[in-house]
Amino acid sequence: MSLTSDPPVGKATSPADGGSRAPDGGHDAHAALAVVPVRHPWRWAAVAVTAVLVAQFLHGLVTNPGWEWEVFARFFATETILRAVWITLQLTFYGTALGFGLGLVLAFMRLSASPFLKGVAFTYIWAFRSIPLIVQLLFWFNLAYLYRRLQFGIPFGPGFFSFDTMGLVGAMSAAVLGLALHQAAYAAEIVRGGVLAVDEGQLQAAAALGIPKLRQIRRIVLPQAMRSILPNAANEVISLFKGTSIVSVMAIGELFYQVQVVYGRNGRVVPLLMVATVWYILLTTVLSVLQHYVERRFSKGAVR
Amino acid sequence: MSADLGEHGTTAEGGAPSEGNAAGAVRAVRDAADPAPGQAGPPLPDGATAREHRTPAGGAPAMVDVRSVHKSFGAHEVLRGIDLRVRAGEVAVVLGPSGSGKSTLLRTINHLEKVDSGRISVDGALVGYRRCGDRLYELREREILKQRTRIGFVFQNFHLFPHLTVLDNIVEAPVSALKRPRRQAVAAAERLLARVGLADRAASYPRQLSGGQQQRVAIARALALEPKLLLFDEPTSALDPELVGEVLDVIKDLAHQGTTMIVVTHEIGFAREVADTVVFMDDGRIVEQGSPAEVLDRPRHDRTRAFLSKVL
Repeated sequence: MSLTSDPPVGKATSPADGGSRAPDGGHDAHAALAVVPVRHPWRWAAVAVTAVLVAQFLHGLVTNPGWEWEVFARFFATETILRAVWITLQLTFYGTALGFGLGLVLAFMRLSASPFLKGVAFTYIWAFRSIPLIVQLLFWFNLAYLYRRLQFGIPFGPGFFSFDTMGLVGAMSAAVLGLALHQAAYAAEIVRGGVLAVDEGQLQAAAALGIPKLRQIRRIVLPQAMRSILPNAANEVISLFKGTSIVSVMAIGELFYQVQVVYGRNGRVVPLLMVATVWYILLTTVLSVLQHYVERRFSKGAVR
Repeated sequence: MSADLGEHGTTAEGGAPSEGNAAGAVRAVRDAADPAPGQAGPPLPDGATAREHRTPAGGAPAMVDVRSVHKSFGAHEVLRGIDLRVRAGEVAVVLGPSGSGKSTLLRTINHLEKVDSGRISVDGALVGYRRCGDRLYELREREILKQRTRIGFVFQNFHLFPHLTVLDNIVEAPVSALKRPRRQAVAAAERLLARVGLADRAASYPRQLSGGQQQRVAIARALALEPKLLLFDEPTSALDPELVGEVLDVIKDLAHQGTTMIVVTHEIGFAREVADTVVFMDDGRIVEQGSPAEVLDRPRHDRTRAFLSKVL
């Protein structure tokens, strides 16, 4: 580890380094002198203190019997937990896919020239960002209380077929619906930000070349917008992934709910919380790696 | 381009001392010539056209025909009645100080900027509108996009698509706008790249090229649509001085092959060498226009003289 960013003394004498010579010819005289890098004693003190604290923490993880690592190991990959992880992943996937799908539409509504479409998108985003996710989820869960039957047909006219709301919107679909609608509000703003970040000249060039409108968006605007959308979108996906734990209030067997069920039965709270924690960490790591590769794909032709 | 100045140029020249009065006079003349001035400038009867536009000796039809075009951004009137005609095969160079409306004029010609009043036609077709009886219907975006494929535009800052290779930059519009088969478009793009001296850079990304190379790619991209008219908006203003030459050489080459073009530039030497007509604009008006020898060496207007004395 180098303590200073000064070049090593030997290098200062190399001729390639001395492109500009001092007018008084002092360069050669200076080059012969030894350079003593500045010392940082307090930095060393801070390193020592931090190292002791880290060591204590690691020591505690290994030696403290309260962690009950053997219980952790027993439950980490049981079928119940694996099934719960799968449900968490499903919630994340559908929440992201539907959320960003709707978010894309909302973003372009807000960017459209029509004040009505703009207003609707703005209101949607305002409303869904204002309502806490947990409140929203409970609303969707109780949808059947508001609308007993859902009917498809002509608006305000006759209906063709209808469903029993209770049967259609089960706990799982209520959760997906809630997560996706909530996510859409945030996704819309992220996509809009990305589109606004694309240089105006790109649109002018595309328009001047007569490229059809949809193609302009798909081929010219979105790939460039992706550069600034992706880091934010990855944040959202990861936060949604962990946010699925909120769905446990609806008694859906996702990871956090299942862990609670298990420790409710056997009383081993800490090791089971660790089971959930490690799964969340592992899968977040996978998402981060994925993000890296997706970002690389969209950075073609970019310098940074 | 016809040698006459059009009514506005003449009036502006006559009433030079007071800009405000000159503008009023221009309006009066325009309104007198125009029986029913409307938003989009209804078409003039043929008699008026003949009076306004002296057909050149060769009888070549106007490729670009700009008539009494006005354009404001908010309260600021950028174009105050522009009349300009460019014949097929002619090279018109537009000079003038910053903010004189040169770029705006160029952008109205391919409808990147909508005019407030007046009309523009390119190769006999009205730009941005369709005439039906005595009404002008605004074109749909798709139709405007189609019109633009016949007009090449080269920007000051190139505006190449940074996420596409040089080849894909050139191929994009022929494939998506003209529905050419990709293979045919690629072959054409390779020929164009060779023509601008960049045959070996097809697989590069724009940011890997110098400014001069990027602008040559942008020119190749505009040429890929085989436009009838090329518009250049200060094509060398964003370049290092030593890169200007390579871009101007490509444009000169196009000029010698008889491409119709309008070039907005500050390169007086280029204007002298290549232009058939030099147009000098100031404050939203065409102050004077004529052959390079007339405008650059014997300017009739004080404003032109003052401008040239600063840039030469």
